[in-house]
Amino acid sequence: MSATIAPFAHPPFARPVRDARVADRLSRHRRRVDITVKVLGTLATLLGLLLLASILLTLIWRGMAGIGITTFTHITLPPGSHGGLLNAIVGSLVQTTLGTLIGTPVGLMVGTYLAEYARGSTLGNAVRFVSDVLLSAPSILIGLFVYTLLVAPFGGFSGIAGCIALAILVVPIVVRTTEDMLRLVPISLREAAFALGAPKWQVTVMVCYRAAREGIATGVLLAVARVAGETAPLLFTSLGNLNWSLSMTQPMASLPVTIYQYAGSAFDDWVDLAWAGALLITFGVLALNILARAVLRRG
Amino acid sequence: MSTASISRRRSPGDVIFAAAAYGCGVFVLVLLGAIIVSLFVGGLPALSHFGPAFLWHTTWNPVTQTFGAGVPIFGTLVTSLLALVIAVPLAFGIAFYLTEIAPEWVRRPVGTAIELLAAIPSIIYGMWGFFVIVPIMSQYVMPTLTDWLGDVPLIGGLFSGPPFGTGLLTAALILAVMVIPFIAATMRDVFLTVPPVYKESAYGVGCTTWEVMRSIVIPYTRVSVVGGIMLGLGRALGETMAVTFVIGNANRIATSLFDPGNTIASLVALEFPESPAGSLKLSSLLALGFILFVISFIVLAVSRFLLRARSA
Repeated sequence: MSATIAPFAHPPFARPVRDARVADRLSRHRRRVDITVKVLGTLATLLGLLLLASILLTLIWRGMAGIGITTFTHITLPPGSHGGLLNAIVGSLVQTTLGTLIGTPVGLMVGTYLAEYARGSTLGNAVRFVSDVLLSAPSILIGLFVYTLLVAPFGGFSGIAGCIALAILVVPIVVRTTEDMLRLVPISLREAAFALGAPKWQVTVMVCYRAAREGIATGVLLAVARVAGETAPLLFTSLGNLNWSLSMTQPMASLPVTIYQYAGSAFDDWVDLAWAGALLITFGVLALNILARAVLRRG
Repeated sequence: MSTASISRRRSPGDVIFAAAAYGCGVFVLVLLGAIIVSLFVGGLPALSHFGPAFLWHTTWNPVTQTFGAGVPIFGTLVTSLLALVIAVPLAFGIAFYLTEIAPEWVRRPVGTAIELLAAIPSIIYGMWGFFVIVPIMSQYVMPTLTDWLGDVPLIGGLFSGPPFGTGLLTAALILAVMVIPFIAATMRDVFLTVPPVYKESAYGVGCTTWEVMRSIVIPYTRVSVVGGIMLGLGRALGETMAVTFVIGNANRIATSLFDPGNTIASLVALEFPESPAGSLKLSSLLALGFILFVISFIVLAVSRFLLRARSA
């Protein structure tokens, strides 16, 4: 009996305590430890919330000072000439959109492969493992990879290289949610469609995708939110551009890279603009995250 | 009718769709291979020029064209491990709060708020760290730590030196804030997998909440908890922008936690613009990238392995 209880009680008590005073002391000690740990856990959570509040309030405080109508109407200009962030905002939108458009179909197909074709197969397990590793792999390395693949051989930084780098980051996020959501689709739904004589691809596209619609959309939204704030991969691919350019073969501005360049500068108006950009991007990303959760809950 | 339907079982659409899915699956494997090969090939000139000593050589001198990875590898490991030392207890506290202490209606909003910490882009952490945390560190935290611990033998040296505010400790703090949500979310999710009947029977024999946590929940989820911590470590190792802002960026082995340093990722981000294509320096940066990839791959692979063990 004591052998089965010993691992659960801590510290292990060999015998029940008979002395009332000892029992009382022990009970008070246990309660004290319990309360102490509960207080510490609550404090840790409060600290986490405090950090989130500190970041958001700092962004609002400093960002509101720098934000204005010219932020959205002017492109980045030399210090002191009331520049804005128009080219950076547009560049970020273009690269994030294209990166998502390139990465989503690939991720969707990989997720489909894992959920519909490769259940339990060795290749499927390998693909799932690699995709999970890529999900957490340092994004700066994706940037270096695309640099050696698309920038160095073609002799120049380009918007398209930035899009490809972001697309590679999108793929594993979409894979994870797509596979998870397709696995939740009941087998009976598939069987019903098969019984009607539908080929497998139609069952997947017209039944499973529809049933998993909200989940897949959540994955795409989360992927957009993730890559919209990525800086490191863009430093090596689209580089940033202080002029107006929509050419995909030229260096392209982006909000995070502009923030990086401006925040470290010695000019107050540039630092203000960096905060304005930081405010825009953070609240954009957080809004996408909350939207993604709302979509998932509705599904 | 029946022969027609049998012959149409593998319709052209089916073949194409299956091939596309299979092709995309293989593409992911090729992608990983391509990343490893491209970083290795790009770093090969540096690796062959400096030999294995590249790994521990501490010089980074573009003038003499001598490059070594010793300092950034040291900085990467020190900041990441220190970040874990700070983050793991806090993340555990948050997971404990969210699964055992908090009233039901608090759990989801607070859990979401903690998860949103993970969604904030890393460059924002960099700016926040540089403009908010660095002044606090230099004015309050670092002088206080020096007063308290500076004269303690053995560890005193770690807490001495000029309080610039930047440095390894600040970088580790920012990294800790960044990985807390990942570790806390993983811990919370695995804590919730403990069958309620185990916990109830422990409560039934009179255990307190903490005793249930310590004697039931943690032993049951131990492997996955370590997996979650490794996942956080994997994140911390490759973090770039936030670290670049606050680590002070100096290429020397720090003797104090207040000293500036660098990490693989921060060095690559900073030195890359001054590295012309084809130069030995660029090759050294790619070799650093290769080293970082190998380290992160091992950590993330272990993490996945431990976390998979739960669902199997």
